[in-house]
Formats: sequence, structure tokens, C-alpha cells
Amino acid sequence: MSIPSNLRYTDSHEWVRKEPDNTLSIGITDHAQEALGDIVFLDLPEAGRTVKAGEIVAVIESVKAASDIYAPIAGEIVASNAAAVDAPDSVNNSPYDTWLFKIQPTRLDDIDALLDAAAYAKVADAD
Amino acid sequence: MAKQTPLYAEHVAAGAKIVDFAGWDMPIHYGSQLDEHKLVRADAGMFDVSHMLPVDIDGAGARDFLRHLVANDVAKLKTPGKALYSCMLKADGGILDDLIIYRFADDDYRIVVNAGTADKDVAWMREVARSLPGGGNVNITPRRDLAIIAVQGPKAQEKVWAALPEAEAAARPLRAFNAARVGDLMVCFTGYTGEVGYELICPAGRVVELWHALLAAGVKPAGLGARDTLRLEAGMALYGQDMNESINPYEAGLAWTVDLSDAARDFIGRAAITAQPAARTLIGLVLEDRGVLRAHMPVFTSHGAGETTSGSFAPSMNASIAFARVPAGVAAGDSVEVEIRDKRLKARVVAAPFVRNGQVLV
Repeated sequence: MSIPSNLRYTDSHEWVRKEPDNTLSIGITDHAQEALGDIVFLDLPEAGRTVKAGEIVAVIESVKAASDIYAPIAGEIVASNAAAVDAPDSVNNSPYDTWLFKIQPTRLDDIDALLDAAAYAKVADAD
Repeated sequence: MAKQTPLYAEHVAAGAKIVDFAGWDMPIHYGSQLDEHKLVRADAGMFDVSHMLPVDIDGAGARDFLRHLVANDVAKLKTPGKALYSCMLKADGGILDDLIIYRFADDDYRIVVNAGTADKDVAWMREVARSLPGGGNVNITPRRDLAIIAVQGPKAQEKVWAALPEAEAAARPLRAFNAARVGDLMVCFTGYTGEVGYELICPAGRVVELWHALLAAGVKPAGLGARDTLRLEAGMALYGQDMNESINPYEAGLAWTVDLSDAARDFIGRAAITAQPAARTLIGLVLEDRGVLRAHMPVFTSHGAGETTSGSFAPSMNASIAFARVPAGVAAGDSVEVEIRDKRLKARVVAAPFVRNGQVLV
């Protein structure tokens, strides 16, 4: 199970990467994709939507079941990944290269409240 | 404590993810459910289905007992080894289980029943026998001493022959829905995937050796996850999901399994299910919008509302499909709407099966 140290995490298994333009890319962790199994469908948010932290913003469907994806941080959706929608298995194959959507955070400092890799490793282990 | 089949250690060794299924620790997949599904459509895969229960029915009264017990008619089975799919009904017509009956002689049958209903089924069979004069003159023998491997796919047969050279002479001439006994092995040309293949029933003590012989012949294991998507594509109903004790065969798309041709045959449930036309029917759906159908989603038709009973992404179709129970009158070609997370999406009604022998039919 891979948990890159340069990312931040949520206890609902999203990863968050701060981009050079101060937007945040969000995806799901290696642990999450493995638990979901083969991913076959992504329902991603449209750009322009304002979201609260903890709000359901996307749905991932695996062959087994549907899973909600939550906004890790409040802000505005500025992009969603059309290439991932066309190839949902990319989430299985390269979970940390496959961002799902990007948020322009209301307060960039909110990222400091998210889990670091060590803290997320404990969450994933307990799962 | 969940039950385990004699192949449990083999599943763990093969990297299976184990889940509870009807009180049994069973492999859901061995890495990728999608890969296992596609392997069965293109080559061959094997499923441990030893959680299902063979029940031997023998004795002078066996034929008459079965003609009373189930909705399909074993009288149409003439040749040794011929199989019949049927529902076993309650007096009110509700389905207690769906099962396959193999006939070797008029006093020698084997039934294979579902895992989740096995205990209930055996108790019911015994109760029905007791209600007959002379106890029906049958012996009802559950065979937990047996194990079952289903080998399915276009290359399943040749790989089974390679793994079991002693069975090839008996297996090769078998036609679909027939079985042969070879020593303590029973080779059944049946399955639950829409592909050709065999279900192999053998003594539990021999099944690990059989598993390894099949592995050596190039058959890879497939889990219950793939079995579910394969059977759904094949248009095959699943007990507990698409049918249950409150559903009769006409409401489950199983009219073809009810044999009314002998007016004198008094099978359990006959009076109830023929009293009036069924108000509901089971249909196939293909989702036309983007999304994934699952069980228990509301369905809206021009004849009224219904509900999906099984639904999944269909790997062979790269689309989502479902079964739905809807008011009678809904027919193939109709357009309906399915509610998924508060959105109504378009779906097309089709005649199952969706996929057979690797070919998409809808």
C-alpha cells in the first residue's frame, strides 16, 4: 500500500495535492482503490460549484458498489478530470496520478488540518 | 463462525479476497473481478461452488415425489443424466428455491440447491415426503460430503478433458444440460455464466486434487463477484435477489420453467399460480444514460412503478444492465426511467439474455 509523503489525506480516503497555482487536486488513495475493486464509472462535479468541507461531491462506482467522495476542504470546484471519466480504471492503475477534481480553496491554510502520510497510514491500517 | 468449503485454503493461497456469502467464507475475487469475468467469456475460469448442496432423491417413489415437489415436470427427462431447471414452490406459489434436477433413473435423481436455502429446502422436502402415503417411498439424502467446481468458458471443456483424462470419454459426447457419472465424479454440462462448461461434483476429499489438476491445465480461479456479473449478463435470475418466497415464477421471468402440460399433475403451488394472471413481470434493462444500475432502484414505466432486483456494470457490454420487477405489460423495446441518487436516467427494456457464448445480444 503506497502513501506518498508529499500529499495530505482525509480519513475518508481522499488525497489532496497543493498545486503551484494554489489550487488543490483531489483523488482517492491506493488503499481506497484496492478496497473498491475494479472501478467502472466516475460521476464528477462540474466546475463553478461551491462546496463545503465534508460535502459529497463525486461518486465512484466499482463493479461491487457505489462510493461517495467528499470535498476535503471548502472552496470552488475549478476543474474535473474528463480523461479519468473516459478511463475509470486509471484510478485503479495509478491512484496518485489520477486526480478527480480541483478545488480553489476558500482558505488555503485549511490544508494544514488534513492528515499527513503517517497519520493516514494509521487510518488505513485500522480500516 | 462462517463455514468453509474444502477449497478454502486454496482460495487464500491464490490471493482471494474472502467475504461472507450465505454464512460461508467465499472468494469474491482473486485480484480483479473484471479480469476474471473477461477470462470466463474469452477462455476459461473455475468457481468453487461447494457451498451449494447436492441432495440425492432415490427410491421407488422418487419420480412421483418430484412431480409433486417442483413446478417443472421431471417426466420429460427420458435419458440418463438429463437435467431440468425448476422452481420449488410453496402452496401460495412463492418460490422456496430454484434448483437443478439430474435424472439417472426414475428411482435415482440428484438435486443441487442454493447454499442460503439448503437447510430450509431439505426440511421442506422431508415435510412434503412425510405428507405423502408411505412417506412418498423416497430417501432424501443431503450430500455435504461432496464438493463442486464449475469450470466455465469457451475453452473450459478441452481444459477439463486435459485435467481429467479419465473423464474425457464420458464428458465429450455430453450435450448441454446433461450429466454423466465417471466413478465417484459427476460431470454436468451446466453452468451459471452463459458460456459452455462443466460443473464437476466430486467427493470433498478429492476436490483439492481436482483443483490443482485444473490449475495445471491452465484454468484460473474466478470469484463469486465475476459469477454474479456473468450470470446477470447471461440473463439468469438469482435466488434471494430476483426471486424469493413472495414472488411466483411468472413474476420472476420463469414461466418457461412451469410445466402445466399434464393437467392431472398436482404440483405444490399450481392452484395458486394459475388462479389469476401475474400482475408483475421481470424485465431486462440496459441503461442508456451514464451511471451504474444496482438492486432496489425505483423504475418508472408507462404501466406504473417497479424496482430493479439486480444491477451491475456489464463488463462484456461496457454498459450497465439490470433486472427489474415492473407491472405486467412492460415489454422489450419500451423506454423507462430509473432513479439513481435523485436523478432519473433513461433505460431500454430488452429481452434477456444480454450476453451468450461471448456475444452481446441486446
